Amino acid sequence: MAEYPTPTTEQEFAANFAQIKPLMSNTEALYESSRCLFCFDAPCIKACPSGIDIPQFIRQINTGNATGAAKTIYEANYFGNACGKVCPTEVLCEGACVYNLNEQKPIEIGRLQSHATRKVIDSGHKLFGPGPANGRKVAVIGAGPAGISAACELRALGYEVDVFEAREQPSGLTLYGVAPYKITNAETLAEMDYLEQQFGYRVHYNRRINSREELQALEEAYDAIFLGIGLGATNALLLPGEERQNCVGAVEFIEQLRMAHQHVAVGKKVIVLGGGNTAMDAASESSRLGAEDVILAYRRGKDEMGAYEFEYDLAKSVGVKGLFNVAPVEIVGNGKVEGVKFIRTATRDGQVQIVPGSEFVEPCDMVIKATGQAKQTGFLHLIPGLQLDGKGRIVADARTGQTSNPKYFASGDALNGGAEVVNAAAEAKQTARGMHAFLTENGLSS
Amino acid sequence: MPDLSINFAGIKSPNPFWLASAPPTNSGYQVMKAFDAGWGGAVWKTLGVPVVNVSSRYGGVNYRDKRLVGFNNIELISDRPLADNLREIEEVKKFFPNNAVIASLMVQSRQEWHDIVRDVTNAGADGIELNFGCPHGMCERGMGSAVGQEPEVLKTIVEWVMEVARIPVIVKLTPNISDITEPARAARAGGADAISLINTIQSIVGVDLDKFAPYPIVDGKGTNGGYCGPAVKPIALNMVKNCAQDPDVRLPISGIGGIENWRDAVEHILLGASSVQVCTAAMHFGFGIIREMTAGLEQYMTEKGFNTIYDFVGKALPNVKHWEDLNLKYQVKAHINEDKCIGCQLCYTACEDGAHQAIGLQEGTRTPVIIEDNCVGCNLCSLVCPVEQCITMERRDDGTEHRTWKERTKANDIPVTFNDDRAGGLHHWVPEPAAALGKERHKTLPGKARALGSPQEVIAPKASDVLSAS
Repeated sequence: MAEYPTPTTEQEFAANFAQIKPLMSNTEALYESSRCLFCFDAPCIKACPSGIDIPQFIRQINTGNATGAAKTIYEANYFGNACGKVCPTEVLCEGACVYNLNEQKPIEIGRLQSHATRKVIDSGHKLFGPGPANGRKVAVIGAGPAGISAACELRALGYEVDVFEAREQPSGLTLYGVAPYKITNAETLAEMDYLEQQFGYRVHYNRRINSREELQALEEAYDAIFLGIGLGATNALLLPGEERQNCVGAVEFIEQLRMAHQHVAVGKKVIVLGGGNTAMDAASESSRLGAEDVILAYRRGKDEMGAYEFEYDLAKSVGVKGLFNVAPVEIVGNGKVEGVKFIRTATRDGQVQIVPGSEFVEPCDMVIKATGQAKQTGFLHLIPGLQLDGKGRIVADARTGQTSNPKYFASGDALNGGAEVVNAAAEAKQTARGMHAFLTENGLSS
Repeated sequence: MPDLSINFAGIKSPNPFWLASAPPTNSGYQVMKAFDAGWGGAVWKTLGVPVVNVSSRYGGVNYRDKRLVGFNNIELISDRPLADNLREIEEVKKFFPNNAVIASLMVQSRQEWHDIVRDVTNAGADGIELNFGCPHGMCERGMGSAVGQEPEVLKTIVEWVMEVARIPVIVKLTPNISDITEPARAARAGGADAISLINTIQSIVGVDLDKFAPYPIVDGKGTNGGYCGPAVKPIALNMVKNCAQDPDVRLPISGIGGIENWRDAVEHILLGASSVQVCTAAMHFGFGIIREMTAGLEQYMTEKGFNTIYDFVGKALPNVKHWEDLNLKYQVKAHINEDKCIGCQLCYTACEDGAHQAIGLQEGTRTPVIIEDNCVGCNLCSLVCPVEQCITMERRDDGTEHRTWKERTKANDIPVTFNDDRAGGLHHWVPEPAAALGKERHKTLPGKARALGSPQEVIAPKASDVLSAS
């Protein structure tokens, strides 16, 4: 018997993928905000990549000023609502809460943050607007957390902003890549609408920029270009049988799930390859879609997984089983996936070594590869003089986000190699200021 | 097994816990229910000429998520006919002969006082409490606190009552007066058997920010009410102490004000009360709180070896002194237990901004450090610290010296001029005023800018343009 019944309706899908950080009621927010100590030089602020003044907004919630709380949040992070729900708060703000050291439950900062921001989003109460027009234009490539954050900040600084997005909808991985039990599509898009209405940047959807000619046109039409392109498709494993039906990439699987919900079919027995947070998500999601068995296969030991502990705990809580110290050698089957041939491994001196003769086949009818996303180096090579590091990441000034091509600035996964929504939002806000500093310093100032 | 029973000025009660004259004692039904639950006595809702009440009568003070840390009311005395109340008093006494029923009274003329005292005595009341405390409504009609604030009038009315009283008479005092011992002494002079205090404090518990009117709101308007609840306990304790220490009062005291558990009750008793009265807590949590109160009191008495209540009535009084009698040589300093510190740094900011800049921060740890030379032993850090026993106040003098302000005054050893070099803080180090600048300013910056420092640091050139961003 599966942990979850296979969802067939939107209601059943919503039940299986119930929000793990549900919206706080006013009363719950009052009680929770009352617990905050208002630490001096609070550790939660320091742990937040976007540096939100958390004690301040919690105090504002507590005094009945949710609008002020939302303003405090958005001043630091334009993805305030999304971050409250999708951030790994357990290792960021909530992990830094001093209550942990007193063996008390940390403040539920994420949920308080979403409580305040949802209120202003639902009310439509505008907190910001564009700055006085300065006559300059910036093109933003990618409408993900980095691109939208940069667009908001640039509009606040008075720039005209055009965002070019390859897909149909904004917010990047927040919509297409985060597990559905962390945030709903409706909630993600509501925040995007809220920002767009306030700042008035233009987003051009279904406009993938992928040629030198298009880039050249942007270079000529705009004063600067912001790269918020994120990462690409799931890395290929280069294993025999990888092309078999029902062997899919995690990123692609999750995207399909976010768009089609219960219409996504999952195998009866699913093997997820990988030990990162995306692997945990894909495993949880398979279980919640009604898979009877979900196995998480990782080539090292349990403690060496890259995933946060709480993410593994979440996967385990929905019936996912771990299979450790195994490396896949072949996806077996006949047209369709019928199993994965593994070989056992041992870690010696930090090196993964195979154990000769230990091959075995674990049967399954679906394989999800959560083995990392490729960098979009093909596209990046179209930009003259753009320097990438050995891992394919864009090289840029740490403070201004300016790349080795002075017209281009970058933030987010394409720069940091893949991090959280909050990192992209924080970097982009800073990079927007870096762009502003560069453009005004270059004598373009009005 | 300690004996919780009391004999309060002749009123016997199985325990010292009485319900105060208030809504919980409005009817025989409520009083019977309370006695059934374990309450020792009840002071009946004040009887007199029945009143007419307004709708919307109570207002509350919440602190964060805690409801009713303070409470006020604009309700008047009983609005039920006297005959109904007398009949119910009689019935309650039939069921509960060993519990104390005290009739609270408030009328105007000498004849009315005589009549009503006889009526409640005939109904079987064990005692009488004269309501000279109600600070709203009734005082506008020359009763309640209007009497309590005029010791001469108070004394006269007590004398009228004593002319006919055959059962013990308690005078309930209003705290809305500068010296509580004056009406207390007047009560004694008038011949009263005991006093009870405090009645409620004149108050406005809050103002509606949208309607621009005080709570509770009656058709858009409000009036001052009477304040009670946990928040008033410190005021009550001080007044109970004042009366208990006054050599001219020397009457049994029924302590009232902010009592909601056994600890509060013990505090009142240690400062001289020999019965205690409860209202707000019963209105908030119901009569069931009595179980915790009696159990807690019994446990305390057992642990302390007290056999009766009277073993500790006023036991703290010898230690309540005038400021001038305190030992100026006594010296405590704060100590931070590093193992317990969770790094909230509330002690640091409290001492920095609210005390004597005697706590510093250290590189590489969030645990603050006490700057011994600057610590005056004020306790503030230990009060704000959220961790039990993390900051303790350690004694630093050797206990051999004892010198009070009074002694120093006698010895001509006190500062007497504005720049006297005997000033207590003469050599106490304080930072230069300008050292304060820039210490808080960065906190007004949003987001990451704050973590990184000033905007100038975030963006090297043309920072002024960036400042206006948000």
